[in-house]
Amino acid sequence: MYIGVDLGSRTVKMAVWDGERLVDHQIAASGFEPHRQAEKMIAGYRAKRVVATGYGRHLAAEHFADAVITEIKAHALGIFHYFPGCTTIVDVGGQDSKVISLDAAGRVMNFQMNDKCAAGTGRFLEIMAASLAYSLDEFGRAALGADREVQINSMCTVFAESEVISMKNRGIPRDHIARAVHGSVADRLAGMLARLGHGETVAFSGGVARNPCMVELLGQRLPGVRVLVTGLPDIIGALGAALHGAGV
Amino acid sequence: MTVTPFEIKAYPEMWAELDMDVPRFDKARLMLGELYHKSYLSQKNRPAAMTYFDNMIAEIHGGRIKELLAAKAEGRPVIGTFCVYIPEEIVLAAGGICVGLCGGSQGSVPDAEKILPRNICPMVKSAFGFKAGRICPYFQAVDFVYGETTCDAKKKSWEILDTLVPTYVMEIPQLKRQRDIDLWLAEVKDFKTKVEEVAGKTITENDLAAAIKIMNAKRKALQRLNSLRHHNPTPISGKDGLLIEQIAFYDEPVRFTVEVNALCDELEERIKNEVAVPAKKATRVMVAGTPMALPNWKIHNLVEGAGAVIVNEESCIGTRYFKDLIDESATGMEGMLVALTDRYKEIDCSCFTPNNERITQVIKEFRDSQAQGIINYSLQFCHTYNIEEIRIRKACEQEGIPYLFIESDYSAEDIGQLQTRIEAFLEQIGE
Ligand code: SF4
Ligand code: SF4
Repeated sequence: MYIGVDLGSRTVKMAVWDGERLVDHQIAASGFEPHRQAEKMIAGYRAKRVVATGYGRHLAAEHFADAVITEIKAHALGIFHYFPGCTTIVDVGGQDSKVISLDAAGRVMNFQMNDKCAAGTGRFLEIMAASLAYSLDEFGRAALGADREVQINSMCTVFAESEVISMKNRGIPRDHIARAVHGSVADRLAGMLARLGHGETVAFSGGVARNPCMVELLGQRLPGVRVLVTGLPDIIGALGAALHGAGV
Repeated sequence: MTVTPFEIKAYPEMWAELDMDVPRFDKARLMLGELYHKSYLSQKNRPAAMTYFDNMIAEIHGGRIKELLAAKAEGRPVIGTFCVYIPEEIVLAAGGICVGLCGGSQGSVPDAEKILPRNICPMVKSAFGFKAGRICPYFQAVDFVYGETTCDAKKKSWEILDTLVPTYVMEIPQLKRQRDIDLWLAEVKDFKTKVEEVAGKTITENDLAAAIKIMNAKRKALQRLNSLRHHNPTPISGKDGLLIEQIAFYDEPVRFTVEVNALCDELEERIKNEVAVPAKKATRVMVAGTPMALPNWKIHNLVEGAGAVIVNEESCIGTRYFKDLIDESATGMEGMLVALTDRYKEIDCSCFTPNNERITQVIKEFRDSQAQGIINYSLQFCHTYNIEEIRIRKACEQEGIPYLFIESDYSAEDIGQLQTRIEAFLEQIGE
């Protein structure tokens, strides 16, 4: 048994690899002490090796993990497992978004992360959903269903929020604005991909990849590119960490 | 070995005489001491000769300031500068002292932001804030500041700084054609006249020749240190290397040269005895880019905290300061000034266009230093280095050099993200 734990800014993810297959996984809120949360999650297993990744990786290493790797490497390993041959990854998590390019063997060649601000991250979508009074799930579905897309110009969370409020007050339907918010994130990701360069397929990982509208709009902005998503995009990092522990 | 907490020595009376905000400055002193303790004294296996430089930090707001004030009392000029294009040799020749005033601390940025726009380089803001908040004894001690026309942030801030301390400006051209060099030489001569006026003496040929020798010897000592750092495994940490390059901007040059050479002797011994500072297989990284002024150790702390080692700084607080020497065979005042200008024009700052020499130089230093990757560091809002990044990146891609670009300021907000990026970069090199 090899366990990977991804201690992210919003959630802790855990994946169990038995040497051949992903046999279990869990996702829980990070809480105040993400390493305690993680310890609880792995308590039931007898692991040969526990590898931590994510923002809390060093904290985990102080308490229980045998090794740490960065999120970049973890996502590279996780995606290579599902989509060998895909050389571009977009990972959008709670607090950051990154694009990673791999070589044919799955090694990290180059990567880029968003700068300090929250724009283009899961947190940005959450804030915008809240200001439109949507739950996160509704937010993505409503945006997907919208038949028109308006334009949001601000990239900064604070300005974008006031733009959203002024749109509401101009009577623009809620779902149109929702779509616009998704569009602005997709634009940002497409921009990062254009800078880094990408292949014909792009694997989308991280919790935000569960949002159907994000997948759709990202695809639209990358003509000729197929966007690949697994059933469990949140745990790609944790799985990558487990695979690293297993020496994959 | 028990480590006693590091203390930056306090001189409240002298500070009060310098019209400083003493209570506030004293707090800053304690914070700097703590930071130094954490960043520096925690390092293992430091060379014994680092004691001198530790002491230069302990006395940064005292001992060295006393020396500056003593010089002033003798009528010798003390001149503050912000750029390696200002010829120190001329100040030395007039019996004066030149100090670099670049700021590397977040602490003084809010003082500057009360006056200057927020979206300019943190180095300019930090330095300006030191003066505006009266929290830098060097700034309080200088007779005047000699600025230059390099980047816009500095060029326009001089006008505002001049209301707080007399500020003169040397025109540095943007290109290096003959007519630009002619202008440059004229500017060097104006600088000499200004320094002579304040010093109340005329610089003789002998004065200048002696000053050139002193500065050449200092630059040679730094070159020697740099090439010892290039040894694999390196005998000294990147943090210590950077510290010495930073101290070079305020220490007395002759004494500093002796101490750097003494350190180099010790490092040669270490190399002979195979004493290395970091773990033998530590990843070797070179940093290129904008200057890192005291106490900006952000990147070095992160990189060396992650187990790698920095072996070269392609920076003004680094190789750009010492890679070129003045030809000592030049004679006559005019001949020496021409030779001096010739040397200064070799500095390859991104404020020049085009600046092809720098691209070549970065790759050369990468090879010389036996580094395994380059971190290109640019201060936030430094347009020229940020844009030149594109060409450095291209060159690294072409040469197959692992490359990471970091744009950052002095705040701690992005530490977590930078740590991830730096560790991922090291993983990438390690594969
Ligand atoms: S980066 Fe350019 S402007 Fe700044 S100190 Fe160096 S030479 Fe001067
Ligand atoms: S780092 Fe760039 S913006 Fe800042 S002072 Fe130097 S040249 Fe100017």
